[in-house]
Amino acid sequence: MALISISSPHSKGPQRTSIMMRWVIAMTIPGLIAQTIFFGWGNLHNVLWCSIVALASEAVILKIRKRPLGFYLNDYSALVTGVLLGLALPPFAPWWVSLISTAFAIIFAKHLYGGMGYNPFNPAMVGYALVLVSFPVAMTTNWATPLSLLEHAPSITDTFAKIWSETALPDAFTGATPLDTYKHEIAHSLSDEVLQSPVFGRFYALGWEWVNLAFLAGGLVLLALKVIPWQTPAGVLLGLAIPALILGWDADQSAPFMLHMLAGATMLSAFFIATDPVTSCTTARGRLIFGLGVGVFTYIIRRYGSYPDAFAFAVLLMNFTAPLIDVYTQPRTYGHTKAQRGPKAKERH
Amino acid sequence: MVSIILTAVVALLGLAMVFGILLGFAAVRFKVEGNPIVDQIDSLLPQTQCGQCGHPGCRPYAEGIAAGEEINKCPPGGEETIHALADLLDVEAPALDAEHGVEKPKTVAVIREDECIGCTKCIQACPIDAILGSAKHMHTVIASECTGCDLCVEPCPVDCIDMVPVDNGLAAWNWDAPKPLNIIATDSASYHGAESV
Amino acid sequence: MTTQELIPTCSVDIFDFHGGIHPEEHKTDSNQQPIRVLGLPPKLILPLKQHIGAASKLHVEVGQKVLKGQKLADADGPFSVALHAPTSGEVVAIDDQLIAHPSGQTDCCITLIPDGEDKWCELHPCEDFHQLSTSQIQAKVSEAGIAGMGGAGFPTAIKIAPPNLATIDTLILNAAECEPYITSDDRLLQERASEVVEGLEILIKVLGVHQCLIGIEDNKPEAILALQKALAGKDIQLCVVPTKYPSGGEKQLIKLLTNKEVPSGRIPADIGIVCQNVATVAAIYRAVRFGEPLISRITTLTGEQIAERGNVEVLLGTPIDWMLKQVNYQSAKVQRLIMGGPMMGFTLLHSEVPVVKTTNCILAPSPKELPLSPPAQACIRCGLCADACPAELLPQQLYWFSRAEEYEKAEHHNLFDCIECGACSYVCPSSIPLVQYYRHSKGKIKQQRENHRKSDQARERFEARQRRLEQEQAEKAAKRKERAEAAAKAQAAKLAQAEQQAEMNLDSASKAVVQEASDRSQTKQALADEALDLDTLKSAWEKAQAKLDKMFDALDDAKANNSEQVDKLTRAVEKNQMRVNQAKMAWQKAQKAQQIQSVSVTEAQEQDEPDIEALTLAVEKAEAKLIKMEDALAQAADEQKERLTRAVEKNKLRVEQAKQVLEDAKASLAKSQGANEAQSTIAEAEKPDLNALTLVLEKAQAKLIKMEDALAQAADEQKEKLTRAVEKNKVRVEAAKQALEEAQEQLNIDISDQSKGGKS
Repeated sequence: MALISISSPHSKGPQRTSIMMRWVIAMTIPGLIAQTIFFGWGNLHNVLWCSIVALASEAVILKIRKRPLGFYLNDYSALVTGVLLGLALPPFAPWWVSLISTAFAIIFAKHLYGGMGYNPFNPAMVGYALVLVSFPVAMTTNWATPLSLLEHAPSITDTFAKIWSETALPDAFTGATPLDTYKHEIAHSLSDEVLQSPVFGRFYALGWEWVNLAFLAGGLVLLALKVIPWQTPAGVLLGLAIPALILGWDADQSAPFMLHMLAGATMLSAFFIATDPVTSCTTARGRLIFGLGVGVFTYIIRRYGSYPDAFAFAVLLMNFTAPLIDVYTQPRTYGHTKAQRGPKAKERH
Repeated sequence: MVSIILTAVVALLGLAMVFGILLGFAAVRFKVEGNPIVDQIDSLLPQTQCGQCGHPGCRPYAEGIAAGEEINKCPPGGEETIHALADLLDVEAPALDAEHGVEKPKTVAVIREDECIGCTKCIQACPIDAILGSAKHMHTVIASECTGCDLCVEPCPVDCIDMVPVDNGLAAWNWDAPKPLNIIATDSASYHGAESV
Repeated sequence: MTTQELIPTCSVDIFDFHGGIHPEEHKTDSNQQPIRVLGLPPKLILPLKQHIGAASKLHVEVGQKVLKGQKLADADGPFSVALHAPTSGEVVAIDDQLIAHPSGQTDCCITLIPDGEDKWCELHPCEDFHQLSTSQIQAKVSEAGIAGMGGAGFPTAIKIAPPNLATIDTLILNAAECEPYITSDDRLLQERASEVVEGLEILIKVLGVHQCLIGIEDNKPEAILALQKALAGKDIQLCVVPTKYPSGGEKQLIKLLTNKEVPSGRIPADIGIVCQNVATVAAIYRAVRFGEPLISRITTLTGEQIAERGNVEVLLGTPIDWMLKQVNYQSAKVQRLIMGGPMMGFTLLHSEVPVVKTTNCILAPSPKELPLSPPAQACIRCGLCADACPAELLPQQLYWFSRAEEYEKAEHHNLFDCIECGACSYVCPSSIPLVQYYRHSKGKIKQQRENHRKSDQARERFEARQRRLEQEQAEKAAKRKERAEAAAKAQAAKLAQAEQQAEMNLDSASKAVVQEASDRSQTKQALADEALDLDTLKSAWEKAQAKLDKMFDALDDAKANNSEQVDKLTRAVEKNQMRVNQAKMAWQKAQKAQQIQSVSVTEAQEQDEPDIEALTLAVEKAEAKLIKMEDALAQAADEQKERLTRAVEKNKLRVEQAKQVLEDAKASLAKSQGANEAQSTIAEAEKPDLNALTLVLEKAQAKLIKMEDALAQAADEQKEKLTRAVEKNKVRVEAAKQALEEAQEQLNIDISDQSKGGKS
């Protein structure tokens, strides 16, 4: 009889990193479906393509770092990065843009910092920001026109041709996003005129509103499953909503509130990107502050910056501050009257 | 053109001055009062007073370190002390200098009392007065005070002093650190292997 | 029976604590069967330390026969408890045996072989505890060797007699039993609730509290029911708390029932609360009511590897492998035997270790039931651990610090407030063994503190020794100095004696020489003073002269311009002229006096020469005297001639003698010059002699010239006398010349001799 000795606890909860990651991936499906319905096959193609690139880069770098492939690929973190990039990139982004973005995210933003758990910046957003800055044309001109505005939707082969050989398709297939449109048009038109543009559709932003609502639904499921904490998405949405409400009263000056909430990557970022645990804060209060920061920065860049959407930059900016926020948001421990916040004074006895 | 350059130079100078004043103020205002460095170093040394570092005691070595000596000459303190010193002095932690000895488990001197001839030589050798006895009478080590420095073994004319490993039994037992998992250890193991080769 | 029906019996609010988890409970595996009594094992192993604090002090010897309940070991100090024989039998060994400890190490144990009679020693029951005083009850509990039976093993005697007894206002019975699988308290309450309640009443009396709360989780409806029955009409609140691990943690239960927090590093008594475990209270009851010491306990035997799961009443010291055999335990291939629950229990390395006072459960799970943790993955900072932590720590940060061995930071983040409940490890999606990291770090920090304490102690001793050595050295040095001084004094005394002797032996001449020398020095001093005076006089004269010059100028001016003042000025000038003359005279006088003195000083200085010179001088003096006498003789009247002639003769003799001495001295000096001595030294030594002779010659010549002059000037009547004197002097000069020549010759010979000697 062999008795084994290990430290308590001997009972283990059901939660696993891989399970959490799988839930994250699964809960992007509603959003992906909405994207496919409203904008065609582009995003689906990108999700698959980016996933393949992500897994391949992960495998190569693990091999180089002499780590067991199975163990690390099983945590699904690379897949999450790939999926998120696939969802965030423009549907008709050329294949090489996705490739560069994803490979850079995995190799540079993740593994060069030590791999899973050690990267200070959200890998997907690093990859996204890289291509956004490097290939601005490819990143702004390849957004899909909502299918309902087209006479006939681009087929799968059309999509492939556009992405892989950059065959010129009818211009109608691609167009500016609602945020982009509003940002550029409001400079020389009144808001009523701007909102006449077909991209805004009947409600707020044609197609985008449903995509965002689908991501919101998926995110709420993650919240319910406690896969993600509530503080981060709440913070992001609050951080975006408050300035949008305060400063957005005059639609002739800035985009209206609902456009901020339901256009662009708002919900995807709030529930799937900003919630990346590795690169956000760890304390409850810290997460709220982190989320607020992401929201506020997003608003500022959307309103005053030159980019129509800004989650990548907002998230990266807050990634910088996360460790500092953690230091100043330590919870009060049981039996202590005060929380020990701030850096420890270097004292030696 | 000239005015632009001039403006830039003036602005930079102004900034440099402002920051200089700020830094100077901060250096004075937030000055950290500390023990003299020798005391701090001394408090990190194990105080075995064994002299393996080549100094007659721990404090002289602390003074030596403060004067720029290597920090890896203390075998009783071992890696832990080296790391603590490296931390304190903000330097790389070197490996223990084997010239001064190797890290050994903690020991305590024990006199085989029936063999002791009462020569008092060990009493004179003990740096911390942890040996009791008088001339022509049996000596004994106060185990709780003994630092295991070894200095009493050499002078004993009848070799009746043993260094025995300290065994505090259950009281000193501690949980092992969780073993670094094989998964993660693979590359760190090869890394260490490469280093030792 | 639902929770809602049970809650109304509690009139205090239930609060909540942070975090907590809901693991699978597995309570019904073992709480459905009544408590079984396992009987007598073949041997009992009783560790001397089954509690926190000092090990018990042995009270028996090997081979001693003991009765059931007889004391085997005494409490060693207040922070210790006694140990009693669980049955009658013989003590067969007192040695190191394997004990139930996560390390799998051994400790000192008493081994008892039961004789099967199970015969009690004499007990002191008490029908009504109200008749006992507080201190009597405390003594009975202390005698019974009761330690906290919930798991920690804190000596109960201390807990019921806290130093701040007066400030204790709340007694809490911890019946939460939040660990999964364990049902020993549950079952005890179901079957013996009245015992527990009476035990509580005893404690209420001892502690003098006005509030008594029972905290129990809502997953034990039967126990709650039994308690409700037993509590009928009693002023004890039954508080049912929601099931959440670790509500049974002392600090968490206090928070749940009172919303107070035990300050970090303190105990509940510091905030007026005493917490007791169900089994402990039952043991207190038995100790007070029946006088029975703590010799058995109820233990849950559960886990899928045990066929007859349930609770058993088992004697302390019963080997666990024997106990498991009684309940049909089948070992799996890879088996964990856990003492305690699945969250905080520890694995046993040996199944033969004994049951102790804190053994509330033996868990033998199948590998499927409690699978081993999968390999740990990297921490992704998900924060689930922080959400679960009942102490509101940030476990994941403590993990980073522990892993990096940054113990100082871990301590700063309140590592020592961790209660090791295991909630963080339970929820960790990366399966990191967090609790093990904390345990290791805590041990390391304690070790470092201990090392630091030891090194401080060593430093103190080292410095004390250094001081002692220095002091000894100083004392030694002082003694040495003292001895040296004493020796020096003795030496000095001897020397002084010798000197005295020598002094006495010396002729008075040396004294005179000394006297002369001092006189001379005095004269010199006076001379110096005079010189000073001289200067002042001179300056006074010069001043007066200068003034006079001015007046002459003024007088000239006046003469030229205004004749009225001429008279006045002329008078003033005359007066001043007088003054100047006076000053001049005073100066001249002083100068003359000084000249005389300096001459005498010069002479005196000349006398201050080596021996030979002095002798030479003596000769000269004698000669001078002789001459004087001869002169006097020549001048004297006839009647005195005879007397004077005699005196002259005498003096001649003296001169002759003096000459003789001088010659002797010269000779001896020449002799004493070593042949190997340097030539120059000798020459120098001889020089004074030569000089002296030359001087004599010169003087004699000078005198002769004087006399010849005088002779030429003198009247005729005196001519004869003077001529004689001159003649005499001529003779003297000749003699002196001759002596000088001789001396020079002698010196030359000496020098040549010496040079020869030096060469050879």
